[in-house]
Amino acid sequence: MTMTTARAKSNGLPDLDLSAPLLEVSGLQVEFRTRVGNAHAVNGVSFSLEPGETLAILGESGSGKSVTAQAIMGILDTPPGYVTGGQVRYRGVDLLKLPEQQRRKFRANNIAMVFQDALSALNPVFTVGFQLAEQFRMHRGTSRAEGYKRAVELMDLVKIPAAAERVKNYPHQFSGGMRQRVMIAMSLALDPDILIADEPTTALDVTVQAQIMKLLAELQRERHMGLILITHDMGVIANVADRIAVMYAGRIVETAPVREIYAKPSHPYTKALLESVPRVDQKGHELSVIKGLPPTLTRIPDGCAFNPRCRYAQDVCRQPPPPPLYDVNGEHTSACHFWEEVRGQ
Amino acid sequence: MNDELMLETTDLVKHFPLTRGIVFKRQVGAVQAVDGVNLQLHRGETLGVVGESGCGKTTLAKLLVGLEQPTGGSILVHGQDLSKVSGREVRRARRNIQLVMQDPYTSLNPRMTVGDIVGEPFDIHPDVVPKDKRRARVQELIELVGLNPDHINRYPHQFSGGQRQRIGIARALALNPQIILCDEPVSALDVSIQAQVINLLEELQDELGLSYIFIAHDLSVVRHIADRVAVMYLGKIVEQGTHEEIYDHPTHPYTQALLSAVPVPDPELRGHRDEIVLEGDVPSPANPPSGCRFRTRCWKAAEICATEEPALEERLASAHPSACHFAEERDVIHRVA
Repeated sequence: MTMTTARAKSNGLPDLDLSAPLLEVSGLQVEFRTRVGNAHAVNGVSFSLEPGETLAILGESGSGKSVTAQAIMGILDTPPGYVTGGQVRYRGVDLLKLPEQQRRKFRANNIAMVFQDALSALNPVFTVGFQLAEQFRMHRGTSRAEGYKRAVELMDLVKIPAAAERVKNYPHQFSGGMRQRVMIAMSLALDPDILIADEPTTALDVTVQAQIMKLLAELQRERHMGLILITHDMGVIANVADRIAVMYAGRIVETAPVREIYAKPSHPYTKALLESVPRVDQKGHELSVIKGLPPTLTRIPDGCAFNPRCRYAQDVCRQPPPPPLYDVNGEHTSACHFWEEVRGQ
Repeated sequence: MNDELMLETTDLVKHFPLTRGIVFKRQVGAVQAVDGVNLQLHRGETLGVVGESGCGKTTLAKLLVGLEQPTGGSILVHGQDLSKVSGREVRRARRNIQLVMQDPYTSLNPRMTVGDIVGEPFDIHPDVVPKDKRRARVQELIELVGLNPDHINRYPHQFSGGQRQRIGIARALALNPQIILCDEPVSALDVSIQAQVINLLEELQDELGLSYIFIAHDLSVVRHIADRVAVMYLGKIVEQGTHEEIYDHPTHPYTQALLSAVPVPDPELRGHRDEIVLEGDVPSPANPPSGCRFRTRCWKAAEICATEEPALEERLASAHPSACHFAEERDVIHRVA
């Protein structure tokens, strides 16, 4: 906490409230204005994150999980994407209201992101050392030589062998796993207290995935960072997350502590997803299937967006407004009118 | 399932030459993509082939369907060696083995309608279905994979990823093959769509008596669908057996490491599984380690591993073929203590 206080002051952010949550997103809305109509990618997403906590955001492609992350980071492509409502508060300060220059400074010091595809996230024409050192030069005013020294330290930190030599290599000279380590090193450079990892291991082989997830968990523990892990892999989540938020068509449909949600899913979508993944430790029976397709974001169904695919759906589910997040047991919420029935079975 | 042998490979080898020089090309080495693979596939069976990227899975697939010529070894389909038959015969023999590709977005021609895509195999093999019955047959195929036969005139972009993969499957079924080779058929799809396609493949197998070779990196999917499993590492099969043998009683260190890395969607198992985290990356197939190719990353490696290549055979501590001098059972996917 003392570290946060000191750093917060040096950021020059106004009115930080250190008793407020580390990160609190409320009612976030994002839409993409396209020629075929407005795509409502994020429709009122709310969650909070505390230091040392791992929050997993689970969703399929098009569920709005990456767009949420981009909106928090302030790196949404505008146009076509616009944040049309809600707040993103860091220790009580609404980041969406900050002028761009201040936001950039904030981003540099407090929040960092690891992207899925490290090869396209890194610049191919500069050495990784240059790209790592650049941050220290830009935001800390260090010299070039000092920056390189810090870059080597970072690469050591993420366990890249022979860091002193490899710092002179270009991104294409690294393997997929090593490249992702470089990405992680880069995100940690300025000691952020929030890390957003957007599908950090999706492009990697399982053995490499295990290495990277272990590294991320270690670093998070050491530095007491809040980690937002965005993924579609329910196995990865079961291994690392504290809490889960499940997204569907731009909304959070269920949140719960990780053990609770696997044991007692209370939203039909979560439940169906859990039943549709094959497990390596069991020879399964026929996989249960979620019929149909996720909705097009320009035409989200009225009421509950999941209703056309849901086996519990009744008339009330087809009527607007969409179901609110019902409180299941204090720390578990579900946006289903029939959560008791879903949970009970 | 019965014992009728559908496909057999013996010492299958594919090396891609590495050359230097422009005018006077000389070979300076070879990428040993597939190096001595023996596989057997029986009627109605699903053989899973698993391994990480770069282990030679896809090259193996290309060899089996005849898109690459092997450097050595043989492929027998129904007892017939494809490299020894004449041009016209090859065409007829290849009908029997069809491919479903990984990426449903690039493996369908965007300028052709679904009907043309699924019907194209009939242009190449005109004797399978007479011309006047083709349209009906195409509609039948489209219906078989669970799509609306009225959509025959639509283009691929009008379908979702899962539907496109169904189109790819319909195309593979057009020539009534007995063997279907699936190269990562579901890895590009979302979880909820994955299950639909896996179930479809299983239904088709029951209905049409197909044999599958199912190549994938996702070990959970392979466990679900495969009867027997072969684990590949750097162009070689390191362990082979039934799905119980491989998943519940793995004896090769690589298989164990691979399985231990697969996350299980059950938070109750967190910290209660035997954890093996491998160091380093897969070595280059252009310059593989001597002896056992896994020894550079193996915690059991001893001197013998560098000098003597372990054969894929049954061993004292392994009831199924395992290519490790120190093969030993270790449970890595279930709860321990």
